[in-house]
Amino acid sequence: MPELTFTVNKHPHTLQVLPWVSLLDALRERLGLMGTKKGCDHGQCGACTVLCDGKRILSCLTLAVMKAGADITTIEGIASGDTLHPLQQAFIDHDAFQCGYCTPGQICSAIGMLREGKAHSEAEIKDAMSGNLCRCGANKGILEAILQVKQTVPHESI
Amino acid sequence: MNPFEYTRAGSIPEAVVAVSGEPNACFVAGGTNLIDLWKYDLTHPDRLVDVNGLNTDKPVTERPDGGVRLSAFATNATTAWHPIIETRYPLLSKAIGAGASGQIRNMATNGGNLLQRTRCYYFYEPQAPCNKRTPGSGCGALTGYNRIHAILGQSDSCIAVFPSDMCVALAALKVVVQVSGPQGDRVIPFSEFHRLPGDHPEQDNTLQPGELITAIDLPEEGFAQNYSYLKLRDRHSYAFALVSVATGLILEGDRIQEARIALGGVAHKPWRIPEAEGFLIGKPATRESFAGAADILLEGAKGYAHNSFKIDLAKRAIIRNGLMALSPDTQLPGARPSA
Repeated sequence: MPELTFTVNKHPHTLQVLPWVSLLDALRERLGLMGTKKGCDHGQCGACTVLCDGKRILSCLTLAVMKAGADITTIEGIASGDTLHPLQQAFIDHDAFQCGYCTPGQICSAIGMLREGKAHSEAEIKDAMSGNLCRCGANKGILEAILQVKQTVPHESI
Repeated sequence: MNPFEYTRAGSIPEAVVAVSGEPNACFVAGGTNLIDLWKYDLTHPDRLVDVNGLNTDKPVTERPDGGVRLSAFATNATTAWHPIIETRYPLLSKAIGAGASGQIRNMATNGGNLLQRTRCYYFYEPQAPCNKRTPGSGCGALTGYNRIHAILGQSDSCIAVFPSDMCVALAALKVVVQVSGPQGDRVIPFSEFHRLPGDHPEQDNTLQPGELITAIDLPEEGFAQNYSYLKLRDRHSYAFALVSVATGLILEGDRIQEARIALGGVAHKPWRIPEAEGFLIGKPATRESFAGAADILLEGAKGYAHNSFKIDLAKRAIIRNGLMALSPDTQLPGARPSA
């Protein structure tokens, strides 16, 4: 069985994984990190979004074995101790969720999107976040939360 | 879903040998389409050969002939946001940005974009007939629900469309594809890379077994002054095109000196008719001129029960996009129609 060594939320891990195990399943089932959600498992909903070497990717369409040596950040790894990440706080302040199932993916995707620095207007942010679906329809709050962080938090703190 | 072996290739020749050596081995890079197809039980690899370690070249390189080489292993996002591409080939940048989602563009590679399979619903449904999935089984879309299907270049065997946005821009730019295979290296002009379905819709393109795309070469002319990518779809973002148009123009005063037009969402490959581009040369960049080109591009178009609307939609999209190319700065996110 292939051996995989990678970093997850700043901790090194070595796992024996079968080649067809997705990064999503490895995070949830092997490392017990249940924050990353399985929605469609086909790359259509964005609930499984994590950061890989700082970039947002879909963990459901990624084989864990392909991420040897990578630096993965999940929703469990974005706060600083007891201080929430600014996007986590903004999601609470703007009521940016109802059931919460899409929220970890929304927040990881928004972090990646803001770091990309390519979306500026409201329309551009909506387009750049279209890979994350919210079945509850909290999109207005999600957009407001992201806009607030974009406008008030220095780029290097995101 | 079947189990498979996984190996990481150390070089391009090693990857080619690994894949040519086994009948059901295939290359994997971004994996965004391949792993999805495997999960749907539509592809059954015995071995995946990871070519991600081969990204030793720069993603984008300026070449002595004035053109630019895209690494096949660079991601779509890296390519679209590369300063050389944003500056010299903004049509390509826009088209890439109109496809998939931010996450997928961070994973999917340039080579993989060319090799993605159709999103025809009958292809994805194992119980339905589909000559592309199961040769000889028939085509469920011909007499079924065919709203998203082809109006040009189709056959009685298959009316599926090729779903890429990036490739519509690559067709308009007249790129060439560099491949490495068991018989050595070769260059494939983009117009000959994808194929029409004919009697063999199971073959999407002209790659031979074991051949690996290594690079895509763009010619010097990038149509950076007057260009537009227009994508019409059922929702504003994260959906495949019903019709898309890539247009590049070179103007001399109000006259068209050179034109390129390619269509997406209408055929088994990006649709380009050089005669339509020739028709525009020397003409003013007006609605009437683009309408004339649109008639040539759509000549012989044939609709089915649910997609005949695409014929008129494509003609109007060509006209609209020609006019949008006159003021590229007004283009909207998601390649939506602008004023």
